Amino acid sequence: MADVKKEHELIVTVSPHVRDEETTSRIMWTVNLSLLPALFMGFYFFGLKALFITALCIISSVLSEYFFQKAVKKKLTINDGSAFLTGLLLGMNLPSSLWSFNPFTIHVPIIGSVIAVVITKQFFGGLGYNIFNPALIGRAFLLISFPKAMTIWTEPSAAFFALDAKTTATPLGILKEDGLAKLIEVFGDKLNLYAELFNGHRAGSIGETSVLALLIGAGFLLYKRYITWHIPFSFLGTVAMLAWIFGGKNPETGKMLLFAGDPLIHLLSGGLMLGAFFMATDYVTCPTVRKGQIVFGIGCGALTMLIRIKGGYPEGVMFAILLMNCFAPLIDRAMKSDVFGAVKEKKK
Amino acid sequence: MMALATFKGGIHPPDKKDIAKNRAIKEAKSPQRVVIPLSQHLGAPCKPIVSIGQEIKKGAVIGEPGGFVSAPVHSSVSGKVIAIAEFPNAMGRMVNSIVIENDWKEEWTSLKDNPDYIKLSADELKEKVKAAGIVGMGGAAFPTLVKLSPPKEKPIDTVIINGAECEPYLTADYRLMMERPAEIVEGLKILMRILGVNKGFIGIENNKPDAIEKMKDAAKNEPDIEVCGLEVKYPQGAEKMLISALTGREVPPRALPMDVRVVVQNVGTALAVYEAARYGKPLIERVVTVTGEGIKNPANLMVKIGTLISDIVEECGGFKDSAGKVVSGGPMMGFALSTLDVPVTKGTSGILVIPEKGVVHAEEYGPCIRCGRCIDICPMGLMPSMLSILSEKGHYEDAKEYNLFDCFECGSCAFVCPSKRPIVQLVRLAKSLVKP
Repeated sequence: MADVKKEHELIVTVSPHVRDEETTSRIMWTVNLSLLPALFMGFYFFGLKALFITALCIISSVLSEYFFQKAVKKKLTINDGSAFLTGLLLGMNLPSSLWSFNPFTIHVPIIGSVIAVVITKQFFGGLGYNIFNPALIGRAFLLISFPKAMTIWTEPSAAFFALDAKTTATPLGILKEDGLAKLIEVFGDKLNLYAELFNGHRAGSIGETSVLALLIGAGFLLYKRYITWHIPFSFLGTVAMLAWIFGGKNPETGKMLLFAGDPLIHLLSGGLMLGAFFMATDYVTCPTVRKGQIVFGIGCGALTMLIRIKGGYPEGVMFAILLMNCFAPLIDRAMKSDVFGAVKEKKK
Repeated sequence: MMALATFKGGIHPPDKKDIAKNRAIKEAKSPQRVVIPLSQHLGAPCKPIVSIGQEIKKGAVIGEPGGFVSAPVHSSVSGKVIAIAEFPNAMGRMVNSIVIENDWKEEWTSLKDNPDYIKLSADELKEKVKAAGIVGMGGAAFPTLVKLSPPKEKPIDTVIINGAECEPYLTADYRLMMERPAEIVEGLKILMRILGVNKGFIGIENNKPDAIEKMKDAAKNEPDIEVCGLEVKYPQGAEKMLISALTGREVPPRALPMDVRVVVQNVGTALAVYEAARYGKPLIERVVTVTGEGIKNPANLMVKIGTLISDIVEECGGFKDSAGKVVSGGPMMGFALSTLDVPVTKGTSGILVIPEKGVVHAEEYGPCIRCGRCIDICPMGLMPSMLSILSEKGHYEDAKEYNLFDCFECGSCAFVCPSKRPIVQLVRLAKSLVKP
């Protein structure tokens, strides 16, 4: 047999011998893609500054990963899209006002990126080993280190080149400081408030404002089964429930009024949609078993509302997810998957 | 339409059955010499009872069972014993084997047609299965006699014939069901008689509607036998999954099908049981699917046990120029061969030739990103991600907390893993280094 391969030419590998086409980098790049509608809306409302900030975060994240991996002689993984994603998410979580030369705050996104990629991800062993969501640690670090610069919110407008736009407060900020009546007054009426929140025409971080755009991206990820309903829906459901129960205030006394809150305002504002669909669902830092993910989502929702209603910050999504990240390994340990046959024999 | 019977989890690899499914079973050429391993089954190896130079007939016993969990081996040709020594098997191990030079006379030991076989007692039928050296022909090669001898405290009420053939590419069972349905049904009836049960199932994946029709037709006068279509999903043909799909009973962790009163046998095994009961024919040949994008002429061959895979590849026209990997068995659970000079055994269901460009190289894998895909699809409800991480880090004992030994290595987790991690291999490594 002339064309029978010689023995040493046969390739020997372990089973299985067929593999699915899905790859880690394809997942990462698809998630990047799914964030583009929200990024575009950030650009639409906050102008080129929004793009500059996001680009700055992406470039510094990818370069941080590159130089760190070069320095410690690890395999370069910048093409897998995960450092890019960290940069993109961090950028979308920052106020566009950071693109400013007076006062000079351009270094802020760069510092955040380095913290996110080098300290949060690479120091813990790189992709797959980090405990916390890198982009969120980056943002948390910046919020604590640069509290003023991180809370200057620009009024949304479609003026792309305006460099000194008017500053204002976020809807959640207004809700916390001045109450619901004031918030409705700012937006004209309640219906308009909902509509503007849904479209994203409000002050906030670059990529968090447009619920519509975020839902388009999230729908795409759900359809592709890159994320499942477990975390986002339990997260959002808990927020809605707690907002309704504890979110109401007596307009006269300012005291809490049970079962009188407006869940929709809480659902549509802050970083909730971005956090619930794109950050809490980060594979590495959430539980892997579905039932544990529901617990994780409920925890995120409860902590978010605790901070929003009782805490010092108007928004709590970031800290809620980070706190729940700590519990992810524990949840996985406590709520292992159900082994086949371990439950009682079922009758058909 | 009623939902098809199935189990929770599982994957949908491309089935690729078109390559070989329309090739009718053909008798393979009798080889110059056969290498018959004395250990082709799960359990104790056989003891050789022939000596070098001895002339033997086709069907003669050449190795006697080495224990209760064992099965005799027979010569698949007539000829002369020329060697008794260690030869490699498909899994790369060296096994004591008997080499017989073919004299092409095809002289049988006595074969007797006994059309009244069904009137034999359960014990007499069981004796025939024992003498024929029948083992599970789906791949695991577990001695059939053992399955047919449940302890008294474990009564059996159902026999299932496994026609799922959920491994992609393979079509051996499909061809048998298409070509010899009546004999398979007879085999099932014999198994039911031996075990004294009156409920028989034949489970077939729904991608073989013509086989389902054939089997339904063959069993139409058998009120106790039900032919069921199953959802097309890997590993539908795994014993525990099949039992769950057809009866709703879940075999507990570390338990056997007999613990839920079921015995499962493969289609090929049922045919072998029939031939043993009727003719006293020992298990000396089996259907092997020769398939894959890398083989010139795919085929379903009736191959004599002990035929070298190199002979079969040659008979099928050899490799197309891009052949890279040759797998004994199916693509999900089969073994890649390092040499083609290994024999077909009782458990060899297929020979799969994968061209070089289709080969996934094992060394290119990344860290676990904890996406949870493997957990979603694990038919055993395990956490393969954790098993692979613990094994990778050397925490083999800890892997037991994650039910290491419940894994039956179906490979679904590694199939879906986006980081291409060799999860099954890491599990095997851990299993080999700790006690259950």
